[in-house]
Amino acid sequence: MSVPILSAREVNKTFGAVVAARDINVDVAEGEVVGVIGANGAGKTTFVNMVTGYLKPSAGRIQFEGADITALPPRAIIRRGIGRSFQIPQVWGSMTVAENVEVTLGIAAPGPLPFWRKLDRPEMRARADAVLARFGIAEHAEVEARLLSQGVRKLLDVALATVRQPRLLLLDEPTSGISADEKFGVMETLMNALKDQQVTVLFVEHDMQIVERYATRVLAFYDGTIIADGAPSKVLADADVRRHVIGETHRPGKH
Amino acid sequence: MDRTLLILLAVLAASLAGALAMPAWAVSLATMALAKALVVLGLVVLLRCGLVPFGQALFFALGAYGGGMALRKLGIADALLGVAIGTAVAGTVAFLLGFLMARYREIFFAMLSVAFSMIFYGALVKNEALGSTDGFNLPTPTFLGYAPKGEEMRRTLLAYTALVSVGLHALVHAYLASPLGRAATAIRDNEIRVEYLGASVQRLIHGKFVMAGALAGAGGILVGMATGHIDPEMSYWTTSGEFVFIAIMGGASSVVAAIAGSAVFEVVRTYALQYAPQAWQGVIGAVLLLIILFLPNGLWSLVERRRKRAAGAAGEPGR
Repeated sequence: MSVPILSAREVNKTFGAVVAARDINVDVAEGEVVGVIGANGAGKTTFVNMVTGYLKPSAGRIQFEGADITALPPRAIIRRGIGRSFQIPQVWGSMTVAENVEVTLGIAAPGPLPFWRKLDRPEMRARADAVLARFGIAEHAEVEARLLSQGVRKLLDVALATVRQPRLLLLDEPTSGISADEKFGVMETLMNALKDQQVTVLFVEHDMQIVERYATRVLAFYDGTIIADGAPSKVLADADVRRHVIGETHRPGKH
Repeated sequence: MDRTLLILLAVLAASLAGALAMPAWAVSLATMALAKALVVLGLVVLLRCGLVPFGQALFFALGAYGGGMALRKLGIADALLGVAIGTAVAGTVAFLLGFLMARYREIFFAMLSVAFSMIFYGALVKNEALGSTDGFNLPTPTFLGYAPKGEEMRRTLLAYTALVSVGLHALVHAYLASPLGRAATAIRDNEIRVEYLGASVQRLIHGKFVMAGALAGAGGILVGMATGHIDPEMSYWTTSGEFVFIAIMGGASSVVAAIAGSAVFEVVRTYALQYAPQAWQGVIGAVLLLIILFLPNGLWSLVERRRKRAAGAAGEPGR
């Protein structure tokens, strides 16, 4: 196997007496679409947060494309080629959707940008529109982001995260807070938009149908660590996973 | 051409014409308004990031004392050099303090900036060489070799202040439209997203803090030249409060709001002092109350609201 795009070794995170993550070991290869499942509090988001520098591991090492990123601040990790979206979308509420992308292009686009030039000009708007079209939210271009529905806001959040053209993208619950009948639509749009970006994706998800449909590999978290890792059909059929993860997350009324 | 730039050009033309034709009291009022507008302009940059510096008088005073000492002690008589030195002194101190200030937000940022301004005030009051509580008078500046006196000097200073102030307003206007300037709103709305795009919020704020400090310094030395006198009061917290007051009164939506706010403030204060010398602060307070109640986005929102309505009537998209 060539150098994994993401590699975690013996990663632990404790908050006082609380163990949020213990002995996480995983290698992700380029091109994989990894679904991360687990009950609330199982350590999924803690893991994503550690990979992206929001939390520092208490112990262990995280590597991206073979280079250590364990102690780096978020912006340094992002500059190396990792992007992420959030469970609660992090967009700029007082700006329109198009402005969100324009400003993102302004401060995050790869390569030098004429920073002294007016941002609000036709070619920037055209680039922003192209991004929005890819994520299927072009019709909302003039809407202030704070007024968006959750689904559109989630898509915008991911769209902003991809402007820097990351090689690894972490999506924290891309379909949470979206009604059941819209979930597949959002996920479908997302995966299509990412298809031609050649990006390795790791997404946290509670909906097993979505995991089954989109993931090429599944990591099951329980009690802060990975209890199963492999092909979706195998992991979702695993007895431990069925008892600890699916049993707890598939109760009606909870997702 | 950009509408804001047109308005700024009109302000410049009116100020230059005013320097020739206005009565003396209006000349000094306009000079003060244009000089203070620079401090307010700096506040506008920070307000857009969601930061309220309640101690901006520090840089106002630093500019005045820095430029003032250069004029008095170094034998520099040129107004242009004086302003450059005042601006540089304030900007340098802002750069140094910025390493600390850029880590703080909201009330902590506001209070820390008051603390620094009051430390400087305390130092000035104790310092005999800088004139202690009395401050010192400034020699009459010259303008690129031209050395007018009295009334003539004040008129020249208005023209000069208008050139500097309007020029800097135009620069900041361009800056606010650039990616770095637009990042201000992004910082105010959501810092996490900014960091997760690979940008450093701290560095962005630091840059804007230096810019605001330098602008306040330029305003300080210009006010010093206009009044011919500099004293520690310039660093006092009530002076800072006045700038925040003007910034809120004008609004942060356009750089022109800084000039409009300063002009209205100077006019209201002049008349309030004249007709209600015992209660002028009450009049100012009442004006601010009315603005916060009826124009929460500042005086300039009156102009923009009308413009938006006009645009809507013409069937243009509201962008």
